[in-house]
Amino acid sequence: MPAHDAGLHNNRQDRPISSTQSPMLSARNVVKSFGGFVALDKCTLDIAARSITGIIGPNGAGKSTLFNVFAGVTAPDSGTMSLGGRNIAGLRPDQLAGLGLVRTFQISRELGELTVIENMLLASPTQSGDAVWRLLFNPGRVRTEQSAAIAKARALLEQVGLWQLANEPAKNLSGGQKKLLEISRALMLDPGIILLDEPTAGVSPLMTKMLGETITRLRDQGLTFAIIEHDMDVIAELCDPIYVLAEGRTLMSGTFREVASNRDVMHAYLGKVA
Amino acid sequence: MISFIVLMSIVICFSAILALALNFQWGLGGMVNFGLAGLYALGAYACALLMLKGGFNTFFATIGAMVIVGVISGLVAFVTLRVAEEDYFAIVTLGVGEMLRLVALNEDWLTRGALGLSGIPRPFGELVPAEYYAYFMLAISAMLVAATVWFLNRVARSPFGRIMRAVREDDVVAATLGKYVLWARVRIFAIGGALIGLAGSLHAFYYQYIDPTQFSTIVIAYAFMAVIAGGRGAHAGTIIGAAVVMVLLEGSRFAKDIIPWLDSDQLSAIRIIIIGVGLILLLIFRPQGFLREYRLQVELK
Repeated sequence: MPAHDAGLHNNRQDRPISSTQSPMLSARNVVKSFGGFVALDKCTLDIAARSITGIIGPNGAGKSTLFNVFAGVTAPDSGTMSLGGRNIAGLRPDQLAGLGLVRTFQISRELGELTVIENMLLASPTQSGDAVWRLLFNPGRVRTEQSAAIAKARALLEQVGLWQLANEPAKNLSGGQKKLLEISRALMLDPGIILLDEPTAGVSPLMTKMLGETITRLRDQGLTFAIIEHDMDVIAELCDPIYVLAEGRTLMSGTFREVASNRDVMHAYLGKVA
Repeated sequence: MISFIVLMSIVICFSAILALALNFQWGLGGMVNFGLAGLYALGAYACALLMLKGGFNTFFATIGAMVIVGVISGLVAFVTLRVAEEDYFAIVTLGVGEMLRLVALNEDWLTRGALGLSGIPRPFGELVPAEYYAYFMLAISAMLVAATVWFLNRVARSPFGRIMRAVREDDVVAATLGKYVLWARVRIFAIGGALIGLAGSLHAFYYQYIDPTQFSTIVIAYAFMAVIAGGRGAHAGTIIGAAVVMVLLEGSRFAKDIIPWLDSDQLSAIRIIIIGVGLILLLIFRPQGFLREYRLQVELK
């Protein structure tokens, strides 16, 4: 895996993310409402560097909205957010991606008409060929960069067993393969933090295990993860700490044992019984 | 008959460039352009007016028309997409197209309104003998089609081509992967616009006379048909699509000789029916179109 390691550790210097700073990503009193529905109600949360932070909560608790707000997809009504100490309110998704923050989606959003390798290359940050004039006046540079990006994509795809499918349109992959592709594609950006929205939803147990191993390995290599997940086995195995969201607020946080034994959490999930 | 084929081939060439522009914007970039006819008219009028009123030669008038249509297209995309969802964009393009047509029809001081502009010079019009001019025009048009395809293939296979297709498939994903979607769309529309300007210039050179009726909304339908028949995103397919549509349109004039009991009114209606039926058959039996867009293939070893 040498190629991959190199890819992860040559994060550009100008990025505010570094593993010594903590917390890496934080939200303070973030409010977001859609019409009359308050999805996030003064939500406050910290994601520590090099952690695998779990985010759980009943449906409608605001988990996906929180990710959308973090990733710049949805603008919050009020509150502050910071990434590695830098204020990130109002930044566009592409600017946040440039700072090393990437999110994946609950229902995998592969770019179906693009092949697996094209999905990967798209995410590669260094591409002069993004500018049309360079295609015409400096095609050599575009070509060199493309071969480097293909080598990097290959290393990532081989790790998750997708290289043999590189020329396949992404729409032809299985659900689990699409999830793996989404995470691999996110890694092409050399991110510092990845927000995973239900990575194991609709994924076979074997693939879930593989995903878990991949996430742990990447964390050990220096990445930070925040994971929204409904599968409590996955949460118990991977995540520490765990935040419980309910009605747009942080109900509590702690280890899996602490969270699982908390009465308020029970109430939030099951309704107020007894 | 030969001269008819040559003239039709010229028409196919500039229709193909127009269809290629739409294929670039919509087929690859996912941006619906219902203002195509208006922008096409803008290209033709800009080229003609730059020569007739601005004193430009044919070459610089063409470049000027490309720049004007490109810049206006880019501005339309920027102004609209900065504030509105992409769904509204199609409606805005429709409005812009109609606006341009109305300007051409009503601003008599500039465009001579419904009278149209006549006496439009042609490239090397004085040098090439009139009896050979059609061949010369065909050669120029064919070369421009080839150059357009070369350029578009280049772009489609580049990282920018991937961005275009990604924005078409899912703009939120493209944004979370670090691509500035608004800027990408402005460029897609501007580059496509420049090609529309080129097609419009050729139109002006070919007819030497332009008036607003030549740029009716049916042009948009033909261009979309060419792209759908050719296969969204496939450049060579788009040219075939444009050729098929034009041959059916123009060639069916000869149906009068074969089927003598039809008068010309019935015939012109039947031409549209033929194209419609053809498109339906195509969508049933080959919905993906003649060809498919370029996909990068790597060696797996």
